[in-house]
Amino acid sequence: MIEVRSLVKRYGDTTVLDCPDLTLDGAGVTALVGANGAGKSTLLTIAGRLLEPTSGTVLVDGHDVTTAPSRELAARVAILRQENNLAVRLTVRELVEFGRFPYSQGRLTDDDHRLVDRALDTLELHEFAARRLDELSGGQRQRAFIAAVVAQDTDHVLLDEPLNNLDLRHAAQSMAMIRRLADEFGKTVVVVLHDINVAAHHADRIVAMRSGRVVADGEPSTVIDEPTMREVFGLDVEVTEHHGRPVVLHFLAS
Amino acid sequence: MSVDTEPIRGEPIRGGTFRPRRSIVVTAVIGVAFLIAVACFMTYDLRGSLSYALELRARKVAAMTLVGVGLSVATVLFHTVSGNRILTPALMGFDALYILLQTVAAYLFGTFAFLRIDVRVRFLGELAVMMLFALFLNHIFLRRTRGDVVLLMLAGVVMSGMFRAIGNLVARLIDPNEFVALQDRLFASFSSVDEQLLGASAVCVAVALVVVWRMRYQLDAVALGHDHASSLGVDVDRVTRVSMALVAVLVAVPTALVGAITFLGLLASNGVYLATRTFRHRSTVPAAALAGATILIAAQFVIEEFFAFNTRASMVLAFFGGIAFIALLLKEQRR
Repeated sequence: MIEVRSLVKRYGDTTVLDCPDLTLDGAGVTALVGANGAGKSTLLTIAGRLLEPTSGTVLVDGHDVTTAPSRELAARVAILRQENNLAVRLTVRELVEFGRFPYSQGRLTDDDHRLVDRALDTLELHEFAARRLDELSGGQRQRAFIAAVVAQDTDHVLLDEPLNNLDLRHAAQSMAMIRRLADEFGKTVVVVLHDINVAAHHADRIVAMRSGRVVADGEPSTVIDEPTMREVFGLDVEVTEHHGRPVVLHFLAS
Repeated sequence: MSVDTEPIRGEPIRGGTFRPRRSIVVTAVIGVAFLIAVACFMTYDLRGSLSYALELRARKVAAMTLVGVGLSVATVLFHTVSGNRILTPALMGFDALYILLQTVAAYLFGTFAFLRIDVRVRFLGELAVMMLFALFLNHIFLRRTRGDVVLLMLAGVVMSGMFRAIGNLVARLIDPNEFVALQDRLFASFSSVDEQLLGASAVCVAVALVVVWRMRYQLDAVALGHDHASSLGVDVDRVTRVSMALVAVLVAVPTALVGAITFLGLLASNGVYLATRTFRHRSTVPAAALAGATILIAAQFVIEEFFAFNTRASMVLAFFGGIAFIALLLKEQRR
């Protein structure tokens, strides 16, 4: 369970995030949506304890992310940032092995090796295991990073715009994998998404943000309507439906 | 490329065909080179009183080993926490600061009075100031310029420039006689190593190495970058802080012992990265330590025996190290 408690982040006089209360619980995919600068990534990075809030906090399973030992949190929450450039050259297997770091502190046990193999299997990465990350395509690399998150085996997974720089096919594959994290592995997945339609189709819950505040929260069908879209994105759009899920025709907006 | 990859699966490592890791082979080769260099240095062209000559040379070898190990390991650590492999502690102004400290102390207390203070007390004082600088550097720069090599390098150039300029100014204010004495200290060579200092230095370096070794896995994670390491439960700020303090010790000791040697760490560490093709500190730290000592001893040997002391080892190293540095810069630019 992730509980946001009166969370505020300011840079100077500018408040980039002001989220009094938000609870994410149970297996499922929650999408954070909103325009650029709405505070989605800020919220996610604070929850992943990569950024210090100005005030307030986030509790992960009751552990305060601003004070709890990093090592303890690492077994509960994994976060994947947008820019996944590593300073060192790793093979896929080495990267996935790092997913076991919170448990083994670098010395992998037989169990760890098994879990690494399983993560590689899950993401169909065995044939690339010995390849260096910088020799892979963007989609394969993304998969390797997700495999590391699977190996880290946390109940909570935070993903910051995982579809960035992926073409249509790889974006669709990635979303399918993110769905599996929730459905097969029972994880609480929070994902920042740019494309409202991807969120509408794949997420169980949508949290829409604007100017650092949550303006709408609920199932896609309740959140996505024309007035809310106008409020969140400042855009007049037509909303239609496809197989019971809302579809936003944002590309037709004038 | 087939040699450096670890077995594809976890299992084959425990049975079947065992092939030693590339890094182990590389370390072994460097270890043998180290022994050969020491053997050459100790035995080549021995004349006069055998025991006296051997003792003198043994002390030099010990000093050079400490210096080589300290500077190389310091450089590896600095590379890891700063997230790039071009900078060295020397480029960040560590040894310029040491020279400034010496100069200011000589100005304030007078060189001769200063030299009368117990060498170990003096050394501890210098070490303390260097540590403070390391923590300052950690606080002001590493945290803010994370990953920004250009900014970090600029800061280093500005700081070492500033330390040198102040040092030069103070040097001009010093009595000329004292200045000569000071200069002798600043460019001390391996011939005049203080024995008391050698013992204290060995202890400092040994303690630092133990701490580095215990942190080796955490350093591996930190090498991934701040966010990845944090996500894996590493207290990156703590590891960085400790590393910078260790860098201060590992740079201060060699500089106090023999003076500044600018590019040794850069040569040793990057040579080792290239040869071992790994970032794992359990491999790079021992290999770089051995490589640093070997390079230094070999260079000194060649200079003493074949160039008849006409030039300094540190100058030769600066020459080759400088070339390597430029090569690295060009390579980095192409990326």
